[in-house]
Amino acid sequence: MTLDGKIPGGPISEKWERRKFENKLVNPANRRKYEIIIVGTGLAGSSAAAALGEQGYRVKLFCILDSPRRAHSISAQGGINAAKNYRNDGDSIYRLFYDTVKGGDYRAREANVYRLAQLSVDIIDQCVATGVPFAREYGGLLDNRSFGGAQLSRTFYARGQTGQQLLLGAYQSMLRQVDAGNVTLFPRREMLDLVVVDGQARGIVTRNLITGDLERHEGQAVLLCTGGYGPVYYLSTNAINSNVTAAWRAHKRGALFANPCFTQIHPTCIPVSGDHQSKLTLMSESLRNDGRVWVPRKKEDTRPPEQIPEEERDYYLERRYPSFGNLVPRDVASRAAKERADEGFGVGETGLSVYLDFKEAIDRLGVETIRARYDNLFEMYKHITAEDPYKVPMRIYPAIHYTMGGLWVDYNLQSTIPGLFVLGEANFSDHGANRLGASALMQGLADGYFIASYTVANYLAGASLSKVSTDHGAFKEAAATAQARIDQVLRVKGTRTVRQFHRDLGHIMWDYVGMARTESGLNAAIQKIRALRDDFWKDVAVSGEQSNLNPMLDYAGRVADYMEFAELLALDALHRNESCGGHFREEYQTPDGEARRDDDHYSYVGAWEFTGVGTQPVLHKEALEFQEVRPSQRSYK
Amino acid sequence: MPAKTITVNLKVWRQPAKDQPGRMVDYVAKDISTDMSFLEMLDVVNEDLIRKGEDAIAFDSDCREGICGACGCVINGIPHGPDAGATTCQLHMRRFTDGQTITVEPWRAKSFPVLKDLTVDRSAFDRIIASGGYISAGIGGAQDANSILIPRSIAEEAMDSAACIGCGACVAACKNAAAHLFTGAKITHLALLPQGAPERALRVVRMVGQMEAEGFGACSNEGECEAVCPKLIPISNIAKLVREYTRAWWRGTT
Ligand SMILES: Cc1cc2nc3c(=O)[nH]c(=O)nc-3n(C[C@H](O)[C@H](O)[C@H](O)COP(=O)(O)OP(=O)(O)OC[C@H]3O[C@@H](n4cnc5c(N)ncnc54)[C@H](O)[C@@H]3O)c2cc1C
Ligand code: FES
Repeated sequence: MTLDGKIPGGPISEKWERRKFENKLVNPANRRKYEIIIVGTGLAGSSAAAALGEQGYRVKLFCILDSPRRAHSISAQGGINAAKNYRNDGDSIYRLFYDTVKGGDYRAREANVYRLAQLSVDIIDQCVATGVPFAREYGGLLDNRSFGGAQLSRTFYARGQTGQQLLLGAYQSMLRQVDAGNVTLFPRREMLDLVVVDGQARGIVTRNLITGDLERHEGQAVLLCTGGYGPVYYLSTNAINSNVTAAWRAHKRGALFANPCFTQIHPTCIPVSGDHQSKLTLMSESLRNDGRVWVPRKKEDTRPPEQIPEEERDYYLERRYPSFGNLVPRDVASRAAKERADEGFGVGETGLSVYLDFKEAIDRLGVETIRARYDNLFEMYKHITAEDPYKVPMRIYPAIHYTMGGLWVDYNLQSTIPGLFVLGEANFSDHGANRLGASALMQGLADGYFIASYTVANYLAGASLSKVSTDHGAFKEAAATAQARIDQVLRVKGTRTVRQFHRDLGHIMWDYVGMARTESGLNAAIQKIRALRDDFWKDVAVSGEQSNLNPMLDYAGRVADYMEFAELLALDALHRNESCGGHFREEYQTPDGEARRDDDHYSYVGAWEFTGVGTQPVLHKEALEFQEVRPSQRSYK
Repeated sequence: MPAKTITVNLKVWRQPAKDQPGRMVDYVAKDISTDMSFLEMLDVVNEDLIRKGEDAIAFDSDCREGICGACGCVINGIPHGPDAGATTCQLHMRRFTDGQTITVEPWRAKSFPVLKDLTVDRSAFDRIIASGGYISAGIGGAQDANSILIPRSIAEEAMDSAACIGCGACVAACKNAAAHLFTGAKITHLALLPQGAPERALRVVRMVGQMEAEGFGACSNEGECEAVCPKLIPISNIAKLVREYTRAWWRGTT
């Protein structure tokens, strides 16, 4: 299989225009003949449903929770980037493009990133038009702030609830299409399989989470907007219901999975407090604008922070990276924290945390300014830890946050299965090996509001699509496969709960496939994952029945898929003999401990083809060409 | 604050499915770390039930950080429990004492039928928003975001209302099971913004009509909704709803 990224010709700034013009259109009168299936109601799914519904297609939108408004995107805090240059501080589309390619450590497709930067401008306009209450200055203009890894202010925000406001904007636009009869909502449905007929994606099998019934849905195109796979690490900042199942089942049906080892660890999360913990809470990285990160200079110093004098503190980010200081990109900040903790300088009961201190900012700007900027984050921190960050420094530690890898898509966001499009975090496309802050929201909305409606139309106009009903053999087979898996889980009647298995899997992933990876560790991880997977199928305990609301059964299916997917993630990390972005292999580092890329051998997208559970997948490579931004060693010093 | 371990006695509403009778069932939750969240405590109880082959307690949650609005139960008679301005997932066990009895029930309202145990159907809220709770701006072609100035105070006020997470605690707290705070918050958010102005009148009329059609009750101004709102959305949003409705009436939109 050769991977064709279908990148349009011409200068980078004209590629998207050119593609839009090349694309075939669907006559407005014919659009109602097409049914489009969209799975997931985060920013990508809701905005795509709004856009395609408005064009006049009949959209079926599937939502795992009771309401589309609750999708995982809701919890994004910090903001969304756009190259508006409202601050006159040197921003431009080209600079946002450049920063994103560089921030991604030169493992993203230039053309996609450029389009993302171009569309960023329209996104803000669109959001304001739909009533998103972004923060404003006294004069009534939109406010901006600078956000992790950027030296200028291009981030738009709505208090610490940017994701919520953007999602509610997209949700409302989508519900407007429900109101107009163009979008039909299917809440409490989980997609369990993709149906492929004659090589084209033609439908999905879902489980109705209330009745337990398996349902078949037919359409002419399927859009997966199902988010990332962070919870393969068990503890992450992702929502409880975020999962890899939809993407994984599509992978098993032939969609290639790209760069699964590119996972992002966010430097500023509330540290783990015990085994009972079900998720980790992110403290927005915007806090690093005013907070200073430090640890004691003395090893295992147990004094409370306020008793440690200034000269005995190590502001290690400012020390190591004088020009970016506390604002270095996430991967760099995370590894630096781990390095200090590993060396014995970590703080807190477990030694697995570092301080994020606001004292200096409060003294300089006044407590009211800090309150206006971060109060809801400070309150959240206080709720969880019972400590007051206005008085004592926060304690933070890195946690799994975002996954850059995902299903492989071409420039049109189409996967290797014709008719299967993948949007938002679920695809691999724009962030390379590391995502810059405030750019995931941007990507979700670019994909959904502005890209899919053009490229899906082009597909529909050009494809020959036979009439298919849900009685087709492929639907029956997919439904039977989904049913067999449910039966298999219920049959085990073992002694260990799904959560125990999930936690064990998470430990393996965090210890061996986390912030620092080695060849021997990854080999060990693969063996451990396989053994755990075998145990799972022998000993998992799931109570209750299928024909009822049974969250534990849903959870079991998701963890079963993680058990398979985890192996691919580790394999990908093992094959990539270089360090880049979020993928850090200890064998490949510079003398001062920075990631060392190997552009001669690994400047490609690694896209894996499924060959069976536990068997070696086949690697396909899409070579990356850099015509605009010359790859160099990233330096934030 | 170092964590302690406590034991609590739970009385939990168990109901096998919609339209089936339910009852309170007793459970003892042992060795609960005071660092746990309330939902993590329920996770622990569920682990025990599953190991015994019993059906786990069904409850909704997703973000577990107070923003998605998925979680919510009535804890000792109060929606989302004793902490003001917090959701059930943000409630921590350090708020309870060793040996304390805790009752846990689902939202109770005619328009939120119980699906199982603590899980209810809140799709009525989506239908209210779908009845005009949006701005009719097509995708693409929006003018530059800075071309309409919005005073900071107005943007902030709109954000205060837009902060609603749609959890339904306001309905659960109201003896009439009214949805005025939820509906009023969206009406206020959109009516404050210049972009929302053209559809103001029709929006309020349609949303209020849908709210009534869903069977939510009348507002009798007791303020229980405001007291339990995890986002501290004030009942001035209800006053705004009423004003907007009256304004629409004067203009003949009703
Ligand atoms: C705490 C936090 C803070 C963040 N802050 C920022 C920020 O400030 N700026 C920024 O740019 N990015 C931020 N991000 C990242 C960003 O929020 C996400 O990458 C983005 O919202 C993903 O959007 P999405 O639409 O692709 O997917 P999601 O919002 O994840 O939506 C996917 C939905 O699909 C559902 N789903 C999954 N599988 C199935 C299935 N089989 N069937 C049906 N439904 C399914 C999921 O449950 C989910 O609801 C943050 C992320 C986190 C975790
Ligand atoms: S689980 Fe999201 S608000 Fe509680």
